[in-house]
Parts: sequence; structure tokens; C-alpha cells
Amino acid sequence: MSDTTPSGDDLAALEAETAAALDAAADLRAWDAVRVGTLGKSGRLTALLKELGKVPAEQRKDRGAALNRLKQVLEGRIESRRAALEDAALEARLAAERLDVTLPPRPHPPAGPEAGGIHPISRTIEELVALFGAQGFSVAEGPDIESDWLNFSALNIPEHHPARQDHDTFYLPAPPGANARRPVLRTHTSPVQARTMLTQAPPIRVICPGRTWRADHDATHSPMFHQVEGLVIDRGITLGHLKGCLIDFLRAFFGIGDLPVRFRASYFPFTEPSMEVDIGWNRRTGELGKGGDWLEILGSGMVHPRVLANCGIDPREWQGFAFGMGIERITMLKHGMPDLRPFYESDMRWLRHWAADPLSPPSLAEGV
Amino acid sequence: MKFTLSWLKAHLETEAPLDDILAALNRIGLEVEGVEDRGAALAGFRIAHVVEAVQHPNADRLRALKVDPGDGTLLSVVCGAPNARAGMKGVLALPGAFIPGTGITLKKGEIRGVASEAMMLSAREMGLGDDHSGIVDLPADAPLGESYVRYAGLDDPIVEISVTPNRGDALSVQGIARDLAAAGLGRLKPLVEPKIDSVYPSPLRWEIADSRACDYVLGRAIRGVKNGPSPKWLQDLLTAIGLRPINALVDVTNLYTYGLGRPLHVFDVAKVKGNTLTMRMARPGESLLALNGKTYALTEEDGIIADAAGPEALGGIIGGEHSGCDETTTEVFIECALFDPVRIARSGRRHDVRTDARARFERGVDPALPAHALDLATWTMQELCGGEASAVVSAGTPPAWQRSARLRFERLAGLGGAEVPPDDAVGILERLGFAVQARDAAGVTVAVPSWRNDIAAPIHLDQDASLPEARARAAAEGCAATEAEADLVEEVLRIRGLDTVPPVSLPVAGIVPPPSLTPKQARAALARRVLAARGMLDCVSFGFLEQKSAALFGDTPELLRLANPIAADLDQMRPTPVASLLLAAARNAARGWPDVALAELGAAYRDPSPEGQVAVAAGIRAGHTPRHWAEPARAVDAMDAKGDALAVLQALGVPMAAVTVTTDAPGFYHPGRSGVLRQGPKTVLATFGEIHPKVRAALDLAGPAVGFEVFLDAIPEPKRRKKGAPDLPAFQPLRRDFAFLVDAGIAAEQVLRAARGADKALVADVALFDRYAGDKLPAGKVSLAIQVTLQPREATLTDAQIEAVAERIVAAVAKATGATLRA
Repeated sequence: MSDTTPSGDDLAALEAETAAALDAAADLRAWDAVRVGTLGKSGRLTALLKELGKVPAEQRKDRGAALNRLKQVLEGRIESRRAALEDAALEARLAAERLDVTLPPRPHPPAGPEAGGIHPISRTIEELVALFGAQGFSVAEGPDIESDWLNFSALNIPEHHPARQDHDTFYLPAPPGANARRPVLRTHTSPVQARTMLTQAPPIRVICPGRTWRADHDATHSPMFHQVEGLVIDRGITLGHLKGCLIDFLRAFFGIGDLPVRFRASYFPFTEPSMEVDIGWNRRTGELGKGGDWLEILGSGMVHPRVLANCGIDPREWQGFAFGMGIERITMLKHGMPDLRPFYESDMRWLRHWAADPLSPPSLAEGV
Repeated sequence: MKFTLSWLKAHLETEAPLDDILAALNRIGLEVEGVEDRGAALAGFRIAHVVEAVQHPNADRLRALKVDPGDGTLLSVVCGAPNARAGMKGVLALPGAFIPGTGITLKKGEIRGVASEAMMLSAREMGLGDDHSGIVDLPADAPLGESYVRYAGLDDPIVEISVTPNRGDALSVQGIARDLAAAGLGRLKPLVEPKIDSVYPSPLRWEIADSRACDYVLGRAIRGVKNGPSPKWLQDLLTAIGLRPINALVDVTNLYTYGLGRPLHVFDVAKVKGNTLTMRMARPGESLLALNGKTYALTEEDGIIADAAGPEALGGIIGGEHSGCDETTTEVFIECALFDPVRIARSGRRHDVRTDARARFERGVDPALPAHALDLATWTMQELCGGEASAVVSAGTPPAWQRSARLRFERLAGLGGAEVPPDDAVGILERLGFAVQARDAAGVTVAVPSWRNDIAAPIHLDQDASLPEARARAAAEGCAATEAEADLVEEVLRIRGLDTVPPVSLPVAGIVPPPSLTPKQARAALARRVLAARGMLDCVSFGFLEQKSAALFGDTPELLRLANPIAADLDQMRPTPVASLLLAAARNAARGWPDVALAELGAAYRDPSPEGQVAVAAGIRAGHTPRHWAEPARAVDAMDAKGDALAVLQALGVPMAAVTVTTDAPGFYHPGRSGVLRQGPKTVLATFGEIHPKVRAALDLAGPAVGFEVFLDAIPEPKRRKKGAPDLPAFQPLRRDFAFLVDAGIAAEQVLRAARGADKALVADVALFDRYAGDKLPAGKVSLAIQVTLQPREATLTDAQIEAVAERIVAAVAKATGATLRA
């Protein structure tokens, strides 16, 4: 079958013929015939390999390499044809498995493995909405993928501000176009402040709960988490109102009428004066409201004049306050939940344990 | 920022106990991160003298010591340390003392027949490191009987505070002391003003070739220095705050970096090529071997200090190895410069170098301090290393920093909510270093101290480009008019304590607050509740997942792929929350829980624009329904998912009669068992269906799985109409059943719709109650059985009327679907 001085043409022919045969194989049975005829015990390629010993020594090395290359090519083609035929067979089977999807569904949901329930983060957001709602706040929202300007610059965090380094920002590619800045996954819910000030004339009283993102992943940090932002812009709003608003909220949320709340001076680029807020607790037992230790729980301050001006509000006429807190953190504290990571794992055992009853939404009448 | 209590007291004259100082730091915005009182556990240990050391009579490896604890008595101590010898001084623990390194309270004892009345300690036994090769071996001049803690400088508590980015001045012990003094904790001690004799011209000169590289620089040489290890007090100080002592010259620069927030650099004059140090931007291809042993490839954006041979320092960030000072240095040149904070921040980030110098320069250092700081450093280096000082050389000019700001006293209440007596406010500002320039009944104008670059700073706005010009201008003018005053209000309140501001509840407009949710937001909350009430567990999952997994569910555009993912399997914004939920189902199955019903309200990301981030209520069911005597277990199917989606739509006010089904669902569904719910031809409300077997296989999800997504933003807002009077006909309804034989391809919906339309006045309801396909029927046919409810309104129907309606229904269905009535 082979002459003693192989030219290589026979290999090209084998490749072309096998390819054609594979294309012609319409089902797996035909495909298998091609496979056996090529790679099987007495297949064409196998035969060529067996005859390698008869090739003159000086050509054997090249011939061997060429045969190996061909073997890989053919194996690849045969495998990919098999995948294609299997796909086609699957699609044909699926097409035959047609269900009339216009049928009315069953009158009741299927019996589930468990009672359903509301995720603790969703529950806390509902509680926030109810409690701040009672203080006259409405809810504002914004997208997760946010412009650099709204996430940083509008909030008085210019490009080289050291505060930017603390944010561990996730970036997305810059859209095509000259000088386009890279969008970010918002690192806080504060850009919704700016969105609100740009679209809504004062007085403003909003909270903005939502997802936030930072490139940080360990036992106490998740790359995605939740914050709630608060913004009040009005005439004559002072830092005293900020304190009153937060004390009222914290005591109602944790259900502790005399919860100690401490205000410490701090710094945020978007507020001035700025303060961090601590609540009293017992570090050892985790009990809130007692024990003489302090736990930092949120950041806040009077809205910085630059933020107002960046968003077109005249700070001579309007002033107000803003605050932001971590929803996971207050949820974990309220319920004594030890770990952050399971929040996002969707482990049904965890969800079942911590989920809230969907039929009992937070209600001021019952106490949240 | 770390400092020790004694270091603080070098700048602050105070009697306040540590706890008061810590409370004040927290109050005024210098948050205490930690306090380390290393000496507390070692308080009882004393320096003792080993008078005699002999071989233990009964143990080869032990020695019997006689130790003088300092009171002239001799204690018998059995000790296993190889270095125990007569004449040495070490650290002694007496019975009753707790040994931190072993967790044991020491008791008198007898070891192999020899009394042991005390213990000589190793470093590890004291909890001071890992050294357990022998007992602590103190110098001969260590004072006998003295507390070891005091001798070793361990009685000085170390405080660590976190300094916010606006407070470069608080990255110095002096700055911290000043704030504490302002807060009433004592008095700020003035700095020494040494008189330096300049006896020779500086061997090096400065040149600022590019003002971007440096604004202003001073320098001075000291010749004839004898460099070597620092004295113990300085080494202890630096060690306490976590710095490694290097040599006296370098240690002095660190002393002032921390003490005054004034980074300095020292060059070994002998190693500098040429006689000029030039501040310039780096040239392409230049690199610097830095003091940390790393080589940095410099860019044209890096400001450097160069000699004739090339870069010798990344200005304001890190010095070069080549020209640094070591024990051989005999002539030192001290650099004291001012750099542009933004350029330092950029270079530092570009090269990822974190140094104490960078931390201070990028926040801004005191522009008025260089000359004084240079004198102080010269003075201290001469104290430690001797030598004589050269004249000072300089280049550039210090940037103008003088600013003033006005505070109207009423703003303390108007913005800060606090009634502060004007004298108190002015007193606080003065203690912080503000100088009163003018004061009247309404307010005070003060000069801002040089070290507070955060007060009355130049304003750079970045206003929204789409603002109308007049609004933008008014807002900018308002900012210029109010910002500095807000700075001062903050200073007064911060130092006075924000706890002194009385809280005031927010005024509420009326008894009933306005709704806090927009109708759209309320719908999302309702959708979540509906799904949870249908037995689904509400989930919250990451919005990004592995690109390979995301690709099973739709497009994975580059623009939605993170530039800096935290892990390779979290890089692509998800095309649908169904993807996250199916991954969760696979995880649950792997844990032994294959039957799950999960829902999530979250975004599906189509593109990065706000509109491209679509709000979706999604859910999946996987596995089987539970086994139950009344209802056999079965696999979940597409109808379950359709039921979930419809339940959400119904709760959200979508009229069910308007919903149509098409079969063009996305490719992650089974092509024959999925659908799209629409309202009108264009509006896609939802998709549902069985998950494609290939998708399941790719996700390692073995059992059956179905899913749905409801597009919340696509749902039209329901019209709020008052309900009219209810329809309560006086006549009983009649129900008639019909069984039709239709082609298997005919949708049941067509039959139902035709029957409904057959007589709109009489037909009140049509329900499909049986569907049969099997060998009793001709091939390719199915039987659909419907119940039609007829509601007469004017009179009871006669048999003839009923017959006529029935015929109309059969005819309508036959016309629409080709059905025949089943015999």
C-alpha cells in the first residue's frame, strides 16, 4: 500500500478524505464507522503508523513527526464531529420533547422543600424603609455600574485624593471614545446622593439602600455588600438634626429605647463636619446597649459645600446632612449573626434558618 | 500612626491619665486603633545578679545558681540555660509571678534535690520574642534590683491612631499634642530653637531643574560625623513604634518624621557624584535602586533627586541605596524639601511604594517648618554623632500658604446645632494655632496655621457638566462663601466634642408621612414577597461570576468584564440572576440538598449604562417536589416556572387576560419547554422554562431544573381606578364541558381564546380541565377538555338557547383550531 519512499501526499489525501467522510456522516453510527476506519485496529492511519518501520532510516524521523501531527489533527476532527452530532441529536430530542407552554399552570405553587422566606438583607432594607419612612424619608435608587464622576468626583474625591485608595475600586473597561473614564462598580451608595441632587429640587429627604462593591475578600469583607445612604437637604438643617435622626433610627431599629449612641469627629471628603457614630455594647457577649464598650456603626456629617456645588445646589441657601451605614453589619448585630460570608452563599440551610416570614412585613404597629 | 506616651509627653505638658488621653483622641477625630502596654504583664520582674553558678549535683544539664535580687539576699535558683554563669545580670521572677511565655504562675520548688526559690527568665518566657537559647543576658551596668520593664523602656504604652487623609499634621507627635492641648488635655510645649554654627560652605548645592519635581528645598552638610548605632533611648523609641533602628543619622530622620511630621533624607556626601543635587523629572530608561533593596523603573512623571551619575532618590518617597548613609559615613548632607502632594501620591501609587515620607508628603507637610526642622535635625545629629555644620543651601521658594477665614458665631448653631460661647470658640481656634486677625460681636477672622492645609483650602469644583450655567455659577459662589466657615465650625465642634451638640428629632411634615416607596419600588418588594410566599427562599448573590458560566446565559460583552477582578471566577457581570441561582442550586445539591426553590431580586447586566442594568425578579426550582401521601413526588417542570412568573405579574397588576405566550425564550432554556410572556407584541414581561440540559450539565446540576425571570421595569404601571359596583347577576350560572380533538401542535391557549370569544355576553369563564394524548387517539392528535361557564343576565336560559351557545362555541373553536368535538 505504501511505497518505500513516502512523499507525504498520501497523508494529505488521508486528511482530506477523512474530513469529507466525517462531514458526510449524518449520525453517530456513520461517524463511528469513519472513526474505526481511520484510527481503529485496521484503520488507515493505524496502518500507516505500522509501516513506519519500513521507511528508510533517514526519512523515518520526518515521516514519524508528520504522522503524529496528522494523528492529532484527525483525532481533533473526529472528536469535534462527535460533539456536533451529539448536539444535533440532543437538539432533535429536545425539539421532540415539546410542551404546550400556553397551558395554564397549576393552580397552586408546587410543594416546596421548605417554607419560603425573605433574606435577612432584604428584611433589614424593609425595616430601614419603614423606620426612615416614618421620619419622612423616601427611597432613591441608582445603578450598580456607575460613572467615575458620580462615585468619586461629584463627592469631592478627585482623582488623586488619598481617600480613593481606601476604596479598592472595581473598574470596568472604558467605553470606546476619546477620554472616556472607566466606569466603576459603585464603592458606596453615595453616588445616589449626587443623582438625587441633580434631579430633584430641595427639600430632599431620601435613603438609598443598595448593593456596593469593593475589591476585598476575606472573613469580614465581601466584594459585594450593601449600604444605606441617607440625605437630607433643607433650610436650617443642623448637625443637631443629624444626631436626632440617627439616634431615633438606631434606637428603633435595635429596639433599645436607651441605646447609648456616641458621636466622634472624623473625616469624609463629602461631609463637613464629619463624624463616626458608635453604639454601646458588650464586646465580650455581643449584647447591645449594655457593657461600656463602643462599636462603630456608621459614618455621617453635614453635606460638604463642594458636594452641593458640584450638584448645582447653592450652599448659602441649602444645607443638610448625609450618612451611610453597612446593612450587613447592622443585620448581623441585630440578630447576633456571626459570619458575613454565608449571606451570599445561598445555602438553603442558612437561608431557612435566618429568613423572615414573607407574610409579616415590617410594621410600625408591631415594632420592626 | 504610632507613638509612645512618653514621646507624647515630650510635646504635651499634661497630668492627664492615659485613659483620658485616649478618650480625647477618639472624641476629636484621632481614632485610637490600639494601645499596647507591654510592661503591664512584666511589672514584677527585676534585674538580678548571678553571684554563683555551679553544676547541679544530680543533673547534667542543670546549674544551681545563687542570685542576688538586689536586696543583698541570695536566692537558690535551678536553671537549665546554657549561658547561666556567675557574674552575669539577668531578669528574675519571684514566686507568685505569672510567666507570660509559659502561662504558669511560679511556685517555690525543689528540682532534683536542690531548692529553687525563683526563676531566671528568657526573652520567650517574658513574651518578648522567640529567643529561648538562654536566659536574658544584660550588660554589666544594668542597675541591680531595678524593674526590668522600666530598664528596657517597656513601661511606655504605645498608642496607635488612625489619621484621616485630611490631617497630614496629625502624622506627627507634635500635631497630636497640639490637638490634645486644644481639647483641654494640657499645654503644648514649644519646640527647641537650637543655634547652629555654620563653619564651612556646603559641599553640595541644590538645583531645581523642573519645578514639578520640587517647590522648595533646603540642605546642609555636617562633616566629621561618627555614625554608628543610635543611643538606646532612640532605638527604644523607634522599636516601640515598629521601626527598625538603622544608624544614628538615619534614625534621626525617622525621629523627626514621626516627631514633627517632617520627613528628611540624608545623603552620604562622599557617595554623591559631582557637587550638585538636582530636582528634576526622571528620564526614560532611568531607574533607582532604593533603600528597600528594590529597583524602580522611573517614568517621566516621577520627580527625582539626581547627582551627576543619575537618580539618587524618588523625591519625597524613598531614597537611593547608592548614596545612603551607613556606618562609614563621615560627612552627611541633610535634605529638607517640599513636594507637590498630588505628584507624590501618583508616583507612590505607580510604584506601589508605601513609606512614612510618602504618607506625609501626599497629605501635605508644614510649608513653614523646613528651616527650623533642618536646624533641629542638625542639632540632634551633632549631639549623637558630633561633627561641624555647613551653611544652609537652598533652591526654589516656599509656596504661599497664608490664608485667612472668617467664622460668624451664629453658624456654630446654624450649621453645627451647638450654642457655643464666642470666647470658647475663639479659644479653641487659638489653641489650634489660628491667629485672630479681627473680631467683632458677629464673628472672628483668623489666620490659618501653616500646618493646616485642609482649612480654607483652594476650592476645585467638578460640577456636573449639564448644569445650567446660572445654577452652576450660583452654587460655586455659594461654595466659595461657605466652605472655609464650615471648616472652622468643624474645628470648634470637633475639639469641643460632638457629644455636646444636643440631638433634635427631624421635623416631620404631618401625622402621616408620604409614601416612602415609589410604585416601582413597592412592586419589587411585593414581587419578593409573592415568591417567598410561594415557597421560594430569597437569595442575595454576587452580581459577577465566571465568564465561562455567564456565557451559558447570554452575551458576555467585554464592557461588562471587570478590569481588576478579585478572582478569575468573579470577572463577568451576570447576564441574568438565573445564572447565580443555578450555581447556588448546584452548590446546594453538592451538599446533599438537590431540591431547592430560590429567588432573587437583582440586576441583569446588558450594558454598562444605567438603562442596561435591568431589574429582574428571578427564580429557579430544582429537583423534585417532596414525597407525600396525598401527592406523589414529581420533577419540577416548566409549568411551575410559568406559575411563578404569572403569580408575580398578577400581583403587580398585569391584567392576566392581556398576557400572551410565545416560544422564543433565551437559549439557556430547553427550546421546546420554555416561553416568553408578553403584553402586546413588543413588551416582554417575563421568560420561563426548563433549563437547557447542556446548561445544567455545564453547571454540574444533575437533576431537573426550571427557572424564570420577570422584568420589573417592563411592567406598565397599573392604572389606579376606583372599583365600580360588583357584578352580581340574579341568575345561576351554568357549566358545560366540551372535549375537543386537535392537532398536537395546536396551543391550548387558542382553544380557550376561541371559546371565550364565542359569545362575549354569555361566556363568563373558560377553564381547561383535561389534556390527553395517548394511544386511544389518532396519532398526532390530543384531546383538550374545557369547562365553559355561562352566566345568564336577563332570564334563565332555555334548552334551545343553551344548545345554540354550545354550537357557537364548537364552531368558534373549530374555526380557530380545526378541532372536532370528541365523540
